[in-house]
Amino acid sequence: MFQQVLNLARLHEYQGKQLLREAGFAVPKGQVVHAVGEVDAALTVSGLPAVVKAQAWTTSRAAQGAIAIVETAGEVSAAVARMLALKIGGFDVTEVLIEEKLDITREFYAGIVVDDANKTPIVIFSSIGGSGIEELARKYPRNVSKTPVDVRFGLREYEAREAVRRTGVTGSLQNELTKALLGLYRVARQWETRSAEINPLVLRSDGKLAACDCRITVDDNAVFRHPELKIEIAREFGRPPTALDKIAWNVEKDDYRGTFYFIEMARGYKKGEGYIGFHGAGGGGSMMSMDALVKRGYTIANFTDTSGNPPASKVYRAAKIILSQPNIDGYFGSGSGVASQEQFHSARGLVKAFWEENLSIPAVIRLGGNSEDKAIQILTDYTKQLPAPVEGYKKDDTADFCAQRMQKLLETARDRSAPRKMAMPVTPEFTAKDPYTFETPTGKVVLDHALCRECKTKSCIHSCVPQILKEQDGVVVLNISREDAKSGKCIECLACEVDCRVGGNAGGRVILPIPGLDEYRANIATGD
Amino acid sequence: MSILVDETKKVIVQGVTGREGMARTQLMQRYGTRVVAGCTPGKGGQDVLGVPVYDTVMEAIAKLGPIDVSTIFVPAPLVKNAALEAIAAGIKLLVIVPDRVPIYDVLEIAAASREAGARFVGPNTLGLLSPGKAVFGMIGGSAASAKDWFLPGRVGVTSRSGGITSSIAYYLSRAGIGLSTIIHVGGDAIVGTDHPAIMELFEEDTDTDCVVMFGEIGTSQEERVADLIETGKFTKPLVAYIGGKGAQSGTRFSHAGAIIEGNRGTHDGKVKRLREVGATVVDDFGDIPDAVKSIIRPMDTAKIRITE
Repeated sequence: MFQQVLNLARLHEYQGKQLLREAGFAVPKGQVVHAVGEVDAALTVSGLPAVVKAQAWTTSRAAQGAIAIVETAGEVSAAVARMLALKIGGFDVTEVLIEEKLDITREFYAGIVVDDANKTPIVIFSSIGGSGIEELARKYPRNVSKTPVDVRFGLREYEAREAVRRTGVTGSLQNELTKALLGLYRVARQWETRSAEINPLVLRSDGKLAACDCRITVDDNAVFRHPELKIEIAREFGRPPTALDKIAWNVEKDDYRGTFYFIEMARGYKKGEGYIGFHGAGGGGSMMSMDALVKRGYTIANFTDTSGNPPASKVYRAAKIILSQPNIDGYFGSGSGVASQEQFHSARGLVKAFWEENLSIPAVIRLGGNSEDKAIQILTDYTKQLPAPVEGYKKDDTADFCAQRMQKLLETARDRSAPRKMAMPVTPEFTAKDPYTFETPTGKVVLDHALCRECKTKSCIHSCVPQILKEQDGVVVLNISREDAKSGKCIECLACEVDCRVGGNAGGRVILPIPGLDEYRANIATGD
Repeated sequence: MSILVDETKKVIVQGVTGREGMARTQLMQRYGTRVVAGCTPGKGGQDVLGVPVYDTVMEAIAKLGPIDVSTIFVPAPLVKNAALEAIAAGIKLLVIVPDRVPIYDVLEIAAASREAGARFVGPNTLGLLSPGKAVFGMIGGSAASAKDWFLPGRVGVTSRSGGITSSIAYYLSRAGIGLSTIIHVGGDAIVGTDHPAIMELFEEDTDTDCVVMFGEIGTSQEERVADLIETGKFTKPLVAYIGGKGAQSGTRFSHAGAIIEGNRGTHDGKVKRLREVGATVVDDFGDIPDAVKSIIRPMDTAKIRITE
């Protein structure tokens, strides 16, 4: 249904209004513009006088100069030009909505939110507008109603009517507002919103209701069921996603093995300014670990979390994306410190990424928890030849101690001002003389049987976590069908590359594409 | 005693043939959990680690008799069906491990479980564990780690972060403070059994003397725990830490529940409210063991270590 692509599950006002219009709500006539040149066309839709509204996720647009009520075309253009130059919450305004100015006689508030205490959707209705709805509900309980809904049956007509009646509304207006609440619930349920609010819901001088402004957020976890919304990233950000955010989301989108979050938190910084690539594991521990770095005067370049027992391949891709920020001074990995997930998976993912990037910035990684001894051994033993030091820590080392180590390494690091050279292409070519290949869930494995034949240890067979390799006629092959390997029996543990390179004959390679990352790096290199 | 989890309860693993289901079945079995059945539609008749696999939960119960607990390890889009199936089959405790379960699916599970008198933990949970008894879910990852990290004792732990559940429990054990039950309530905005519900269970548990809670920004859970203390429904000493102080409003760091919306669920609001009612709120995570020690005397850890 949407022509344009929605960046995020949190919809802009005009996007929310599109859903409301589809559901039968009257909304002000209007159009979005991206440049002053588009104003005239928009005015043919909205007419004059008009309301000009910067599209930004903030609650106080009027106070920030992001809403203007204007009389003439010249004033509209001036307001649009001014708003397109605004930064709200640190990010540029790129879209401005031009709408007809409604003749308003009364304001209401209608919202469907999810109540975490009762675990139900809840309808909130106010007959006195909705500015600061929670405060209003406390101060004027007779004018604000809250109605829990049984999610299996939906909002009943009588429940909606009672919600309106309790706030003192009668007659035909009660009928219309009842319909409006039923309509809003349908929107919330159909699109599975975390919250859907019309604020204000207005009564016009002609006696009709209209949705004057709205805030709708689709549940990130339900985005997969609504492809027609064309939401690019099902994550909540305080700003539009960056190119790197989008690349990261594409890695995560269809891969339900563990969870990968990535948010670019800073841009435009230089090498040597103390920006750190952050790679956490687990939300709670990650936040604490970031605090430990910030306390020492560093700035977080990106937030990353790989947790919920992700495969090594996902950790690898996360590391490659983090290392696509050329001006970070260090790489810091730390989560809760006592993880339940097998940490050697994360270790192999990191090692493969560090090798390919020929890591030249210091890394401090805390991989405490399940299998930490093996994890730290892989991480530190296998990275000794790299230009920069890689230190690994366990559950008895605090995040604070790790941050202190990061500081120490950064103070003694060479290569402190020149941007790091990034490996191109992102996934290095591997030319095998006698390739044996099979597909994995998200990539492919190439074993060079020419090297394999010379290998005495066949270490890949022993280190393969799901044990799907065997020796046959002096080389290593699958002991399961190719179909089974692709459908998930191969868990992409990366041992057939990482352990083979250290303990075998370096004949194994796992090719794990990251769509868009090569182009992204090429653009950075040319300064686009 | 312990809350919700012990070694006598019979457990089914939904999604037992998957990567996670298999790994955590092994953890549970080796730790002492009574895993009696697995379920994967279309794979009935197989067995995983000696556990018989059934096509449906109903079939497992028809063959084996009543089952107390289901631990769910299926991909998020399939969780709703699996959970409703377990509830319909009469199972009274569900542990829903997967992340990224849609909110309206969780609300439907909540409605069904309320009606059936069932309870669920999660989604997005590592589960729960009582040292030396049993684990439901995946806390510890492997039985060897879980046995090594967590000592039995009289302190309860409840947390909105999985990793932090383990780290609080580990750091307490290392300080000689044993644990009655540790539980990860889940990181999502809507969870089946939240901090207040856990507090009510710990209040009733004669083997729990003190509770440690890891709260976070977002949701009303910690505020409602304060309400319980204020109204005399939770009377045991509470040590709390609230994470997310540095988080920006409107941006989510991993946990779906950990987002400040409007002025609700702020770090300062939660800390203030908990302190008002007399809870000990520590500012530094590392201070938790000392805060607990000031309430409960540590034990001689050498005597209570769980042996393999």
